[in-house]
Amino acid sequence: MENNKVWNSLKRDRMSRIRAAIPYVKMGKEVAAEDTVSLLETVIKPHDKVNIEGDNQKQADFLSECLCQVSKERVHDLHIVQSSIALSSHLDVFEKGIATKLDYSFSGPQAGRMANMIREGKIELGAIHTYLELYGRYFIDLTPRVALIAAEKADINGNLYTGFNTEDTPVIVEAAKFKQGIIIVQVNEIVDQLPRVDIPGDWVDFVIQAPRPFYVEPLFTRDPSLITDAQVLRAMMAIKGIYAEYGVQRLNHGVGFDTAAIELLLPTYGEELGLKGKICSYFGLNPHPTLIPAIESGWVKNIHCFGGENGMENYIKERSDVFFLGPDDSLRSNRAFTQVAGHYALDMFVGGTLQIDPYGNSSTATESRVAGFGGAPNMGCDPHGRRHASGAWLKCGSENGIQSQLTGDLPRGKKLVVQLQETFREKMAPGFVEKLDAWKLAESADMELPPVMIYGDDVTHIVTEEGIAYIHKCASMEERMAAIRAVAGYTKVGLKEKPEETKELRRKGIVKTPEDLGIDISRANRSMLAAKNVRDLVKWSGGLYNPPARFRNW
Amino acid sequence: MALHEMNFKIKAEGKTESFPKEWSHTGVVGSGDMEILMKHKELGGAAEVKIVTPVTGFDEIWEKVLEKFIFENKLGNVLLEINDNNSTPFIVAMRLKQALIEAKEGMKQ
Repeated sequence: MENNKVWNSLKRDRMSRIRAAIPYVKMGKEVAAEDTVSLLETVIKPHDKVNIEGDNQKQADFLSECLCQVSKERVHDLHIVQSSIALSSHLDVFEKGIATKLDYSFSGPQAGRMANMIREGKIELGAIHTYLELYGRYFIDLTPRVALIAAEKADINGNLYTGFNTEDTPVIVEAAKFKQGIIIVQVNEIVDQLPRVDIPGDWVDFVIQAPRPFYVEPLFTRDPSLITDAQVLRAMMAIKGIYAEYGVQRLNHGVGFDTAAIELLLPTYGEELGLKGKICSYFGLNPHPTLIPAIESGWVKNIHCFGGENGMENYIKERSDVFFLGPDDSLRSNRAFTQVAGHYALDMFVGGTLQIDPYGNSSTATESRVAGFGGAPNMGCDPHGRRHASGAWLKCGSENGIQSQLTGDLPRGKKLVVQLQETFREKMAPGFVEKLDAWKLAESADMELPPVMIYGDDVTHIVTEEGIAYIHKCASMEERMAAIRAVAGYTKVGLKEKPEETKELRRKGIVKTPEDLGIDISRANRSMLAAKNVRDLVKWSGGLYNPPARFRNW
Repeated sequence: MALHEMNFKIKAEGKTESFPKEWSHTGVVGSGDMEILMKHKELGGAAEVKIVTPVTGFDEIWEKVLEKFIFENKLGNVLLEINDNNSTPFIVAMRLKQALIEAKEGMKQ
């Protein structure tokens, strides 16, 4: 056996990079903001895997902009591994030839430009992941060599307070640091005493006080005044035909006005149906302001948050029975853990989508936008590793039309995966299509498979204004397709509906119309909402909710 | 904006219902998405519909929505006038149903 093999090359490399950066370090671990570009040129090497903390909400925007200014001669061919591509600087780093390869999860606002850059060959796309997949790969084959992260406050020893918007920071640091990586943090403020320590100082290498606070996007604030009557109707149908029917206690709501409508109907319609305490007690959820009326009415026992939401800080501080707070009384969010909870500890995911195909597959991809997945597929799938039972999960599994073909005489539960879909959106864009745009995108971006948000075999319920299709009850693909047609309204898919088939599906309880559910559609209007505008939400919160300026329209 | 006008004549099978001769109902103006006028008109058992909308290219879908509404509710000798402001087919169907429910309530009083 040879004895001269080096077993700590990563550590040696790390030490040499840190040593080279010593000239830029002031006190403790602090580096001046104006030395950031030089620091990055010193500690980042060509072909490194680099994480620029780009979360769903919080952005290490200053570090990202600095990375765009490094000398291409010194730093090039970087492989970027990060969850969200949210800022223009996240793509500028490719435009400038500093980075070449990308593995990521979600790119909402940059999706159009990203599609162009992939087509032009400026980005070599590794894969688009769900959050949990990407976090998993941080620990296997996509471990960042250098992580550029964001925190609220630091002390000069590198202890960090990530607080309300902790989001992805712990999982990034855990992966990078313990594989001999380098952690550089931008903070809003360097202080003597932190409110609490979220990341210990010896895990952090360099601290930079950024010239301005990190950017954070209020992604989950929905103004109740924009909720439509059709959304109220779908919400009533979902509450009565699914939430109540299965007694769903543990769930996640996707972003959108449909789920906001459900949240605002709990204290009104939900109360009327006598459902308080029987549904919606536990959430894995961002702190949605539209959930305030239900919380205040005593519906909600527990919420674990992926991230924060601007304006909810003081409200959450005063509701420690409901939210997870640190010893300093501010929220501790953690996306990785809420994603795990969403996967294994919740009984239902409810969300909207852009397109559903005749088989029940759904996608938010369009030909010109590579938006990615984020966390929805982790929430919106039936986790086959689950082994604990709950009423909702068992009932849904017992209705599974093909279970006996899969497990014989053994019973198995099933997670409820609910898609709320408007048959036609604005500008008459159909919600049901013969072929998903994801196919064209896969072709134009040279992807190995069409980017599907939720596969048809995971979807259990589709709710449209026409009715609810309980597609997990179907015994064959043919029957499933008929159930989907029955609720697809006047779209091309829906126009193929055959009345005699629909009649039979209604008899079997596979399709239920509002009438079948006993819902009086003349009541489906905005007067049902517990809060009609943002100001009402502030009132419900007793003045604790402090909405961002753009939502203050009074 | 140029407005598009459509006219349909639809006849339900079997026995149909209408409104009292002197009665007319203007429905659901408060919603902001459409206005519906329903009244009695002798049409030999058929229903006549006039639609004014800024949206073009969806005449066939309008006809299907209206057919379904008229067939399901067995309406005849009825004139419907619809002023639409960009409603989706479902909203049209929902407003029609809501207007009819209100109209029937009105007749009872």
